[in-house]
Amino acid sequence: MAADVSKLEKTPTGIDGFDEITNGGLPAGRTTLICGRAGSGKTVMALEFLINGAQQFDEPGVFIAFEETLEELTQNIASFGVDLAELERTGKLAIDHIHVERSEIEETGEYDLEGLFIRLASAVDSIGAKRVVLDTIEVLFAGLTNQAIIRSELRRLFRWLKDKGLTAIVTGERGEGALTRYGLEEYVADCVVLLDHRVSDQISTRRLRIVKYRGSAHGTDEYPFLMGEKGISVLPLTSVGLTHGASAERISSGVKDLDAMLGHKGFFVGSSILVSGTPGTGKSSLALSFLKAACERGEKALYFGFEESKAQIIRNTGSIGLDLQPFVDKGLLHFNNVRPSNLGLEAHLASMLHIVKQTNPNVVVVDPISNFLSSADQGGVKSMLIRLVDFLKMRQITTMFTHLTSLGGPAEHTDESVSSIMDTWLLLRDLEHDGLRSYAVSVLKSRGMSHSHELREFILSDEGIHLGAVYNRRTAVMR
Amino acid sequence: MAIKTQTTAVPANPEDKSTTWLLRLYVAGQTPKSIAAFNNLKRICETHLKGLYQIEVVDLLVNPQLAKGDQIVAVPTLVRQLPPPVKKIIGDLAKEERVLIGLDLKSAQS
Repeated sequence: MAADVSKLEKTPTGIDGFDEITNGGLPAGRTTLICGRAGSGKTVMALEFLINGAQQFDEPGVFIAFEETLEELTQNIASFGVDLAELERTGKLAIDHIHVERSEIEETGEYDLEGLFIRLASAVDSIGAKRVVLDTIEVLFAGLTNQAIIRSELRRLFRWLKDKGLTAIVTGERGEGALTRYGLEEYVADCVVLLDHRVSDQISTRRLRIVKYRGSAHGTDEYPFLMGEKGISVLPLTSVGLTHGASAERISSGVKDLDAMLGHKGFFVGSSILVSGTPGTGKSSLALSFLKAACERGEKALYFGFEESKAQIIRNTGSIGLDLQPFVDKGLLHFNNVRPSNLGLEAHLASMLHIVKQTNPNVVVVDPISNFLSSADQGGVKSMLIRLVDFLKMRQITTMFTHLTSLGGPAEHTDESVSSIMDTWLLLRDLEHDGLRSYAVSVLKSRGMSHSHELREFILSDEGIHLGAVYNRRTAVMR
Repeated sequence: MAIKTQTTAVPANPEDKSTTWLLRLYVAGQTPKSIAAFNNLKRICETHLKGLYQIEVVDLLVNPQLAKGDQIVAVPTLVRQLPPPVKKIIGDLAKEERVLIGLDLKSAQS
């Protein structure tokens, strides 16, 4: 008997990332409490659990709505492109709106909540439901006065759900100093999930934490999550760690002379590359050459741009001999250009991961990462970058990040925080000598290869990028 | 007294619909609570609404789908269908005073 304890059965939620952090989903045949303040995403998460159950796992579900009417629910979820009415028609979902309003009810003497049980049971039986959501059952505490009856009936309800083998979610409003206002956590022993929605610096971040999961290992971190067009996605990246493989394969940087500086072979596949430099030193051009080289090999390339529009990039790169349009037409090169301030960091990361998953590229460019510094604190940026780098490495995607360093300061200064997570670091500089301004490139580091320590002239011509002679220390003035 | 699941109509003055009280009592099986509620209701009506009322008992175990319409959560629930507005009283109707207030037969102050 005891042997079975280790094998806790789980019900997948189908929620992006959630099943990963819980090693498979919610405890099957048990009740899970999702708590959080108003607007933290409880209802959406619970609904998504049912919708995915109905659509992906052939498990019909019942939604008992204490707060929202069917119309309101339908509207809330409409943006996710899900037709609740259609799911109801096809017997995959049953929704019952239960309205309890204290001012309309007089209480006298003994009663029980059998009416609720009957409604729930008839909804469950009508479609052979395997999943149930009660959102949010604490409305009963506000609607009825006899707390003793409610509490004993809730206990009976949770036992009933368990006896029926239903995998259930109950939602609860966050209370002061307690998980829920009415202590629902007392009744739910198996799994408790806490949702949080914070706003700092005008940017909102949603986070999720598994407070308790009896009999199962689970991540204990706060995981950022996104409520996007396709519903909730949780970012389980902090748990990825350093388990990614290391490829011995090499790919070209897109500049032949630069490959020569990198042990004559270029970058390692799946490595992360940082290109830093002051404005106008050619970071984007180098990054785009890198993408173009990948496309020429028939690989897929993805560009995340935070400064210029796609049209602008294609026009500008034409002037340095990089014709990117054919690769866009072939579907090899994808552009994703947004302003970083439009979204919070977490939202950004989530949408980037989503796009990477969709396009499945071999190489990625993020141009530039310094723009994120404008949207949040350095620590936040770094943790986001670590998660992004881990994610890309897991997929053996070679990624180039550009970083704009400020004029005047030491070129290497601002990059310290991110350089540790990068395998290769290229520095582009602006040099003045003999009344002329020119650019130079050097390899500050490149893990796992013997690389050149030379400072080479970096030349942007209408035939692309090539490198010039090694700089003579006496004639060049660095800035 | 046994509970009938169908209408128990005792209209005193069938011509005068405006004075007819239509009371619907929702129960779930013949439990001691539902029997008590029916008996209490019958007694109160006989005392205060003699000849003016009609009681309809709905057993949700027989007709579970009827729970939705009147938004029944607790049982027993008494719903005053007529005269408007709709009123709800939950419990076994043991306290006559509360029932009279709930039915607007007595104001809460008195």
